[in-house]
Amino acid sequence: MKAFADLLERLLFAPQRNAKLTHLGAWLESAPREDRGWGVAALNADLDLGRVKSSMVRRLATGLMDEELFAQSYDFVGDLAETVALIWPQGDAHRQQNYNGPALHDIVTSLQHAKLDDAEGMIKSWLDELDVTGRWGLLKLITGGMRVGVSARMVRLALAETYNQPVEDIEEIWPLLTPPYDDLFDWLDGRGTKPSAQGRAVFRPLMLAHPIDDDHTDSINPKDFLAEWKWDGARVQLASAEDGVRLFSRSGDVINAAFPELVEEWGWHGVLDGELLAGTPDAVEPFQHLQQRLNRKKAGAKLIAERPVFLRFYDMLMDGDEDLRPLPIETRRQRLLETVTAWQQPLMDVSPELEFNTAEDLQQWREQCREGHLNDGNLIEGIMLKARGSSYQHGRIKGLWFKWKRDPLTADLVLMYAQRGHGKRSSFYSDYTFGAWMDDGDGRRLVPVGKAYSGFTDAEMKKLDQFVRANTTNKFGPVRELKQTMVVEVAFDSIALSSRHKSGIAMRFPRFAHIRWDKPADEADTLETLKTWL
Amino acid sequence: MAVSSWIRPEQAGLTVKSRHPNSRFVIDALRASDRVVVTHGHADHARPGHGEVIATPETLAIMAARYGENFCQKRTPLRYGESLDMGDVTIRMEPAGHVLGSAQIVIDHDGKRVVVSGDYKRKQDPTCAPFKPIPCDVFVTEATFALPVFSHPDPDGEVKKLIHSLAVFPDRCHVIGAYSLGKAQRLIALLRQHGHQRPIYLHGAQQKLCQLYQDLGVDLGDLRPATAGEKGKPRADLAGEIVIAPPSAIADKWARRLPDPLVVMASGWMQIRQRAKQSGVEMPIILSDHADWHDLLATIDEINPGEVWVTHGREDALIRALGLKGIKARALSLVGYEDDAE
Ligand SMILES: [Zn+2]
Ligand SMILES: [Zn+2]
Repeated sequence: MKAFADLLERLLFAPQRNAKLTHLGAWLESAPREDRGWGVAALNADLDLGRVKSSMVRRLATGLMDEELFAQSYDFVGDLAETVALIWPQGDAHRQQNYNGPALHDIVTSLQHAKLDDAEGMIKSWLDELDVTGRWGLLKLITGGMRVGVSARMVRLALAETYNQPVEDIEEIWPLLTPPYDDLFDWLDGRGTKPSAQGRAVFRPLMLAHPIDDDHTDSINPKDFLAEWKWDGARVQLASAEDGVRLFSRSGDVINAAFPELVEEWGWHGVLDGELLAGTPDAVEPFQHLQQRLNRKKAGAKLIAERPVFLRFYDMLMDGDEDLRPLPIETRRQRLLETVTAWQQPLMDVSPELEFNTAEDLQQWREQCREGHLNDGNLIEGIMLKARGSSYQHGRIKGLWFKWKRDPLTADLVLMYAQRGHGKRSSFYSDYTFGAWMDDGDGRRLVPVGKAYSGFTDAEMKKLDQFVRANTTNKFGPVRELKQTMVVEVAFDSIALSSRHKSGIAMRFPRFAHIRWDKPADEADTLETLKTWL
Repeated sequence: MAVSSWIRPEQAGLTVKSRHPNSRFVIDALRASDRVVVTHGHADHARPGHGEVIATPETLAIMAARYGENFCQKRTPLRYGESLDMGDVTIRMEPAGHVLGSAQIVIDHDGKRVVVSGDYKRKQDPTCAPFKPIPCDVFVTEATFALPVFSHPDPDGEVKKLIHSLAVFPDRCHVIGAYSLGKAQRLIALLRQHGHQRPIYLHGAQQKLCQLYQDLGVDLGDLRPATAGEKGKPRADLAGEIVIAPPSAIADKWARRLPDPLVVMASGWMQIRQRAKQSGVEMPIILSDHADWHDLLATIDEINPGEVWVTHGREDALIRALGLKGIKARALSLVGYEDDAE
């Protein structure tokens, strides 16, 4: 355990990505065989310790000390594992220095098989014997979420580098693997063959797009690209094979139970890339409608009838066992179109290609997005540009796919309430509620329309923090009510009706664009203005 | 008569005033006052512009070095163990173990004793006299690190970490952020104790106080400027050396000009990993000049005062913990002392 805890600490403090990769590689090379897989699983947030959960750690801590003192400590530190590691009674420092603790795989397998009461006892005795770094590592393992600045991608890169295999191969087979990845390490150690996806409906790594803004469109030659709409839905992948049909979210989670109507066997095998949208192919509905389906892990007949969804595909990765990804996009699109059209499935269609010749044409297409929907009522977020002749490659590859979002909407709004952030932001007021003017006959007053905590620079955040401290008119627990003088420009993607908010509207993705030091609060926007964007 | 009738928090700071006309003084006054007793030289405790300042000779020298010779109208030096009568109030200085010259103020009046400890610590520090527990009726304590998560390790282990890193990365310049009064000198002295005899290089902002420490008899070995030329640019030939800079400089352009800098920060706050990480530190060294949670509670147990008053820091937690132990405690709610400079 000590070696893994030390790795976590090194990863946390390593300033650059390269240093992190070096630490990961060194650990992979030196760790015992049985530990590697569990360590990788923990770093990938893919470790399941059965019934052992964060709540147990919290219970252990509050059994140890006054609940109020624990709460204040946790609030200050902002991380459960670290809080408990620090407040745990210091053991014998000398013994701890030479103590490596139980092996990682012993910890994981004993916790996975332990009864709840026994697990608590085990954790306690380990905590007593480990030093503070060891305790921190063990508790991170149990509470999940390492927060050491390592992505799943980085772990796979480290595996690729350490064992001299192409990272694409590791990415490709990743969805086939489950911790502790014995088949993976057998292959990497040269003791087994590469795990294969044949006959299995598994997730294939997605190709992602770079965002572009208006400044960069000049450098894009229209002749080199295909264009499509960027739909306002959720990216999904549909895989069908002998072992079944699976719908995957963009992160590779199976979401069959939430969308049973989309995963009925229809006699074709392969993998398709596309967008999950609310409504029907003839009439796309707003994202909020899709959200109601996404919020549910399982969908019943009533919800399915009330909130229909469908799949709009834009790429074809596999046709049976044939891998189409190395083929140029034009060929893949052609195959996709022929295949999907032949099915005549009511809940599936293909995203059309946009015809254009010049950059001006493209601009005109984008102008249409500004309204958020096309003439036929279809909802769109912007335009996708995909390089002609390009193969399908996982990840965000430079120069191949671009997303060109429609301009965000903006409004000038008045700060009304402030709240402290958590963890690293806990010393600042960083969460703000803002409002628009409303006049309902009782006089003009502000009504809250949204809440945001991102978009500020550190310098702006500090200044706002000072403003809050000097302009508090009232305190409600952690929330401060502010003098209504500060105007901020807020950017957001769209506005929808909402019965949950007093204002009757909800903003999608609100974030701060600027502080309007210059603008008097009187001149901020009204609720009426905001409602014109509905 | 209740102690709180002659010593209480006022706008200017914790103020002593008996019926005797000559008794009035303020401790670590936050605003200009006629007569001030200063516990130690940190900027939030020792401010310029007062009438008379009563402090240890070392603290007076530190104030003069920071603010110039005219930092007050009258200096009254008082050594450790020496006492001074002000009307019917007597004060005495005793070491607080915080920084060079830091003192607890022992105040006797009317058969009662109040000890104002200023900032203090119990862990080893070769640059100043160790904290001395004084029995009293009211113990006034700080609470900078008053949370159960603060359990500062033995400084020797932390210094060893640093020395080990110098061996592992012999080509990287180790640039260490350390508060310029106390922390920097303590770290240097600890490095010397651990056999690091090479020159140690100082950012401009560290030089004056290190020199003063040496003048006052604290041996810090061979210290040299980390800068060269007129513009104060860092030297390019410091690979594998130790540079000590103010915390504000280590995450700055200044430090990035050093050869392959490894950014270290020496502070009690470094105990919280996520915080250390956010400050851009590659190697945190947990070295505090304040008592940690256990030392705060152990000190109060040892002194066993009738009552505890808490000045600045995380007073809620300390008062809660003392309450659970049945010790009477209250917050003084003095505004103006900082804890982030530690
Ligand atoms: Zn201090
Ligand atoms: Zn202080």
